[in-house]
Amino acid sequence: MAFNLPSNPLARRWFGLAPAVITIFAFMVIPIMILAVFSFMPADPYGGVDKGFSTEAWIQLFFERDLDDSLIFEPVYLQIIFRSIVLAVLATMITLAIGFPVAWYIVQQPAKKRELLLFLVTIPFWTNLLIRAYAWILILGKNGMIEKPLYALGLIDDSLELMYGNLAIGLGLVYSYIPLMILPIYASLEKLDFNLVEAAHDLYAKRSSVIRKIVIPLCLPGIIAGSILVFVLSLGDFISPSILGGGKKMMLSNLIQFQFSSARNWPFGGALTMLLLLLVGIGSFFYVRVSKKREGIA
Amino acid sequence: MFIKHHIKKAATLAVAALFSGSALAEGELFFYNWVDYTPPELIKKFEDETGIKVTVDTYDSNETLLAKLKSGATGYDVVVPSQNFVTIMISEGMLEKIDVKGMSNYENVDDRWKGPTWDPNQEYTAPWQMGSTSFSINMEGYEGEGNSLGEFFEPSDSMKGKVQVFKTPDEVIPLALMYLGLPQCNENPADMKQVQELLLKQKEYVKTYNSETMVANLTNGEVLMSSHWDGYSMKNRLDSKMETLKYVHPKEGIIGWFDSLVVPKGAPNKANAEKFINFMMDAKNGAELSNFNRYASPLKASAVGEYLDPTLGTAPEINIDPSVPVHFSETCSAKATKLYDRVWTKLLQ
Amino acid sequence: MSSVTNKKKFNWLKLFSNAFFVYLYAPIAVLIIYSFNDNRIAQVWTAFSTKWYLKAFTNEDIQRAIVNSLKVAGVATVVATLFATMAALVLSSSRFRGHGVSNAIISLPLLVPEIATAVATLSFFAAIEFPLGLTSIIIAHIVFCIPFAFMPIRARLAGMDQTLQEAGRDLYANDWQVFRYVTFPLLKPGILAGGILSFIISIDDFIISLMVAGAGATTLPLYIYSMIRLGVSPEINAVSTVLFCISVTAIIAYWLVSKQNEEKVHVH
Repeated sequence: MAFNLPSNPLARRWFGLAPAVITIFAFMVIPIMILAVFSFMPADPYGGVDKGFSTEAWIQLFFERDLDDSLIFEPVYLQIIFRSIVLAVLATMITLAIGFPVAWYIVQQPAKKRELLLFLVTIPFWTNLLIRAYAWILILGKNGMIEKPLYALGLIDDSLELMYGNLAIGLGLVYSYIPLMILPIYASLEKLDFNLVEAAHDLYAKRSSVIRKIVIPLCLPGIIAGSILVFVLSLGDFISPSILGGGKKMMLSNLIQFQFSSARNWPFGGALTMLLLLLVGIGSFFYVRVSKKREGIA
Repeated sequence: MFIKHHIKKAATLAVAALFSGSALAEGELFFYNWVDYTPPELIKKFEDETGIKVTVDTYDSNETLLAKLKSGATGYDVVVPSQNFVTIMISEGMLEKIDVKGMSNYENVDDRWKGPTWDPNQEYTAPWQMGSTSFSINMEGYEGEGNSLGEFFEPSDSMKGKVQVFKTPDEVIPLALMYLGLPQCNENPADMKQVQELLLKQKEYVKTYNSETMVANLTNGEVLMSSHWDGYSMKNRLDSKMETLKYVHPKEGIIGWFDSLVVPKGAPNKANAEKFINFMMDAKNGAELSNFNRYASPLKASAVGEYLDPTLGTAPEINIDPSVPVHFSETCSAKATKLYDRVWTKLLQ
Repeated sequence: MSSVTNKKKFNWLKLFSNAFFVYLYAPIAVLIIYSFNDNRIAQVWTAFSTKWYLKAFTNEDIQRAIVNSLKVAGVATVVATLFATMAALVLSSSRFRGHGVSNAIISLPLLVPEIATAVATLSFFAAIEFPLGLTSIIIAHIVFCIPFAFMPIRARLAGMDQTLQEAGRDLYANDWQVFRYVTFPLLKPGILAGGILSFIISIDDFIISLMVAGAGATTLPLYIYSMIRLGVSPEINAVSTVLFCISVTAIIAYWLVSKQNEEKVHVH
């Protein structure tokens, strides 16, 4: 086949870049901008938006228009946002507490076993989130794997009420995103110079102080990267709250989805989405800074 | 407009090119219905009789149906809104006109439901099922009578964390208004404040807001009381062999509803939709529909009688005591709808 | 490393890690085991049976959902991988004005939370009155698959010797020939890895598909969701196990390909 691209380097570049860049720009950047515009339009009571300009959606974020239309400061939505952040922070802390020792264990294994264990950590991450949440219903629910044996042994006589609530949501979040904590920590631990640890041991330093003073500071970039990843994904998680949470306590993503489905308030959903993007943007900003630093170390 | 037109055309062509191989000669039918509301055997029968391939998708509430259609989900041929949403859809120009009166099985429809208030000339709708909405209690060990909305909205302490409520306001707020003795389609903020307070108090007892899982949750004991529909509650009682499940006909009143088959604007297979609608008005098929869903049939008793499961005639769920007032939900003004939505969003925060 | 730490002292760590792996796999194991349960009530074990698999596979809705999922993932994977390969070839060759911006745009779908992508895409389609259906899902999937396809291809290119392509050009090969006989064979493992990654991401996607799906566009995760909404049932376990197996097969393929990716590039 005789096929030559233009010799002009600019044209060659554009030929290669255009499909990917234009696709993402047209179907992601522009949609986000449209959503931002929608957030400044009045809601059509039956779904979609009406023509015109309105700041109602943004006012609604901070104030509750009372049913008689007087404005009162009522941070109900801020509370949902706050709850989402708190749950995401908790999930991050728990994944860190579990993930760090596991990564520490994996890095000390012989090469073959290390590879296998890493593979085992990643498998659940690549499988469907829905299935993983569903599996937890089988465990936490009425007559589930936890309650049934306890019943049989006579240890409990009433339901433990594990399903539907913050506990179930939190468990779902930790379970969903823990691989994303382990992998970056593992990556930074792998680079750790174990001679340092050995030297410290030779100096008769206590194990706990070796970890605190040498290991943790050296793999801090990995810890921070993992924490931000888990935080950002937990904040935007939809499945855990909707399947395990019972719809009584919303998180930000459920609130957004709700506005675009049965509540039919697109402008307000748009404003909430902008807020979520802002929060994630702040998180990503730190992530980029940390990973730049990490590259500097390596 | 010019660009829009071209995008639409290109998209249609792309779809056609991509999937032309899968379409059958007799064509297809896309049916969008409530969850667990379509008897699979009837769909099979329709497919066998006509050679039309039916695809069933499901939704959980009238609100979700409206939202999905409004956001541009064209491609559905038949959907099943309740009467108050039929009015909205007609006024928003979302429905195709269909010749229901001219269909061969139209004569089977009970005269009471010919030309109903929401479609007086029978230009848009054909009947599907009708029933009522209130709530069900597992009476095993329950201390109350099971005859008042108060037991649902202001439950006793033993019900803490044991109540399930629908996910959308459409049928919950009318019941709350009925309990408080306030007018329906209420535009008065002071009244709606009372409703809001009532629902917020109820929330302390609520385990989950969901319009789909009540059968599973009542059966395995995750909840003891739940929003329910008459036929679905009866099906729940029979399928799970739960004789203690009582569908309450509250003395304050109950909500009546009537679900219709309609064709959304731009339906790709309108002719097939009309075949399907006529098929569903057949006496035997209509009876099978009620035997599956356990709701009352809007067809003439004389027509469906011989095919109908006799238990339907005596079931406590669907035979309402004449002393219980039945409120048929009408379409409320945009102002009232907005108030309802605000109450609800605040509730589910 | 083993010389560093006294193994006896760190034994608690082994216990903890083993407990962690049990935690990680117990739910999946429960799901799979109970998919072989004869009982209609998902959590009460009676006897071994494969009837739920039979039931699931003879269910036409499930068949259709699987076909839809494969159509979406197939088209999205091919298009996204093609676009990603073209972009990666440009972005790895040299730095230029707009290099950083292009990189940022391509990685954007990784940063934006799925729910935001979902509602933004929905608003966009509504604004241009684009009908929702399988095509709208495919477009959305192509967008978020591009960065996943891009990463392994880019990594492969980073380890590649650019002088080979120069040599090819010096021998008066045209662009197509250089790509076909020099670049592509070397890049193949990267492209394959990128394709598999896109496939995995697409076949598992739920929330974006949920928001932009239209008539007859139910994918397998959407179908599973509609079943879960009614409560637990052994049939869901069976269908979930099938989807799980599809994912695991793809992950193993990815793992094997990316190991090949890490090997040094040899020229004969």
